[in-house]
Amino acid sequence: MTILILGATSAIAQAYARRRAGEGARFVLAGRRQDRLAAIAADLIACGAAAADPFVVDLTAIDGIEETARALRARFGEFDEALIAYGLLGEQVVSEQDPHAARVMFDTNFTSAALWALALLKDRPAAVPFTLVAIGSVAGDRGRASNFIYGAAKGALDRLLEGLAQKYGGSPVRIITIKPGFVDTPMTAGIPKGGPLWATPDAVAADIARAVAKGRRVVYTPWFWRPIMLIIRHLPWFVFKRLKI
Amino acid sequence: MQTVSSWGRLRQVPHEVARPAFLDEARAVLQAGGAPALCYGKGRSYGDVCLNENGRLIVTDLLDRIISFDRERGVLRAEAGLTFERLLRVVVPHGWFLAVTPGTKFVTLGGAVANDVHGKNHEAVGTFGAHVLSLGLARSFGEVLTLSPTQNAELFAATVGGLGLTGAILWVELQLVPIRSAMMEIETLATADLDAFFRRAQESRDWPYTVAWVDCLAKGAATGRGFFARGRHAETGELTVHGNPRLSVPFDAPGALLNAHTMALFNGAILYRPWALGAKTMHYDPFFYPLDSIAHWNRLYGKRGFFQHQSVVPMAHAPDTIRKLLELTAEFREGSFLMVLKLFGDKPSPGLMSFPMAGATLALDFPNKGESTRRLLGRMAELVMTAGGRLYPAKDATMSGDAFRAGYPAWRQLEAQRDPAIMSDFWRRVTAPAAAGAA
Repeated sequence: MTILILGATSAIAQAYARRRAGEGARFVLAGRRQDRLAAIAADLIACGAAAADPFVVDLTAIDGIEETARALRARFGEFDEALIAYGLLGEQVVSEQDPHAARVMFDTNFTSAALWALALLKDRPAAVPFTLVAIGSVAGDRGRASNFIYGAAKGALDRLLEGLAQKYGGSPVRIITIKPGFVDTPMTAGIPKGGPLWATPDAVAADIARAVAKGRRVVYTPWFWRPIMLIIRHLPWFVFKRLKI
Repeated sequence: MQTVSSWGRLRQVPHEVARPAFLDEARAVLQAGGAPALCYGKGRSYGDVCLNENGRLIVTDLLDRIISFDRERGVLRAEAGLTFERLLRVVVPHGWFLAVTPGTKFVTLGGAVANDVHGKNHEAVGTFGAHVLSLGLARSFGEVLTLSPTQNAELFAATVGGLGLTGAILWVELQLVPIRSAMMEIETLATADLDAFFRRAQESRDWPYTVAWVDCLAKGAATGRGFFARGRHAETGELTVHGNPRLSVPFDAPGALLNAHTMALFNGAILYRPWALGAKTMHYDPFFYPLDSIAHWNRLYGKRGFFQHQSVVPMAHAPDTIRKLLELTAEFREGSFLMVLKLFGDKPSPGLMSFPMAGATLALDFPNKGESTRRLLGRMAELVMTAGGRLYPAKDATMSGDAFRAGYPAWRQLEAQRDPAIMSDFWRRVTAPAAAGAA
């Protein structure tokens, strides 16, 4: 079992890898910082991973994705599973004013992630099992005034994955979107925390592991976001437009 | 600013909180300048050694990676925010255990070094610091230093039990001990009085783990009545790790619930339950960590929080002083109804400022009832000081600067080695000029 993790230094990715390390999985940890990837790799080995190799790359460098993906697959063989875990929360107000900042949001959360998904699936024999997991967001389910730039990118990613899932329907290739709500990670350090809606990275990781084991298409994590988002998605416009969320 | 409290929950203290996810970030935070900083692990110390009002707090819980684990030699090196809880999950299946563990596994390596914690086997193996092979220390200036009993030895001695004041502990390497089973062989014996406790302790020298619970309400001839438990790692059984807490206290217990009966019930149910008289085999989890089965048990003491008194008294004065302390708490009728009592051995700690000394140590909780509780704690501290003993900074919220300086004459050496960018509420309190007095 070889698992590729794109954005291995993210808190959710680390918690997930720790869970799978106990099964003796092999990991390829992609990210920008060699020293940080090496620290995570050592931890996974201590937790039982059969191997953990850092792979230094700027995952958001859009023009290089095709080639990097080919190099990764050539070097480590075909992956059994890939997790697209990196993302950028950004600041909505800044992105609205600064087109460069907005583009970084789109490139990071959608364009590069989508290209990674396509590159990892390209020329793969359809009969070989493969699970592609990407971390989306409940924010992608509806455009809201407070963070629609992040939400639009995550929503677009989910649309792409949905299409891929339909394409690979009936094959052993699984495409999974994980939709977390508020997770207590360094990514959300700027937001006041506490209260029942906040989840730990480990709780989210447990849900990802379950989703992978069961081959689910879309998983809200924690579970209560499913009914919440079901309601929010179905609110008629004349109600939704008045909401301060 | 964000409010943070310690395990005793006596105060909600504002801090500027940083939560670095990697060691290089932690070092950068310390070196960034600004208000004095302090590392904070799981906040399991009871008073103010982990607090730094209006200063910066470097929360280390994300720094919990294992750097290396030698399964043959039982040597583990890990980032300082690693909890004993996670450490045991990794090492127990391979037949290793912590050489020293306190009564909760929700402490970090960094916190264990900074407070030089002890366990039920102090007589046999000394403090936690005695099993630390080396550690990495970032200071607000210069490079990250590796400290050990032979390398930067003076700074190592100041850092073990140094209350986090010498710098930010980034990683710790420790020697584990081999076990064949996750199970413990336990014997629980009744003790009729204090003399019986000391007799039991004497005759249990070949048991590595010993501890006693004393009934604080017993008076007269029965003073010191209780249970004496002794244990060792079993030779057979599986190497199964512990589970998760089964219960949780979701919010503060209302003040009205805090009476003699509920506290007796709580103490009896949690502390006494596994300790039915006689011999038995049990998992390490209920033996070492009975209170860990209830998450947030500190909320049972209500929103005003609680104090803990833990002191050590040299053996020559121990029976007499413990009797006086028991009489005092029985008279005030404020404390918990069980007191933890055990002996410390004479194994020296590598730390300058370690709490344990050869003698007897006792610990008990007091719900915060304000001035009367502080008065009682003050009188207890006087008895301890008169006997040449000292109080445990990790548990303390009230000791006077005089009491601290008398109990820890090496404090000036620690002050000399303190990183100028680091400060804690405890250190401010106990090193303040005498006139400023106790907090």
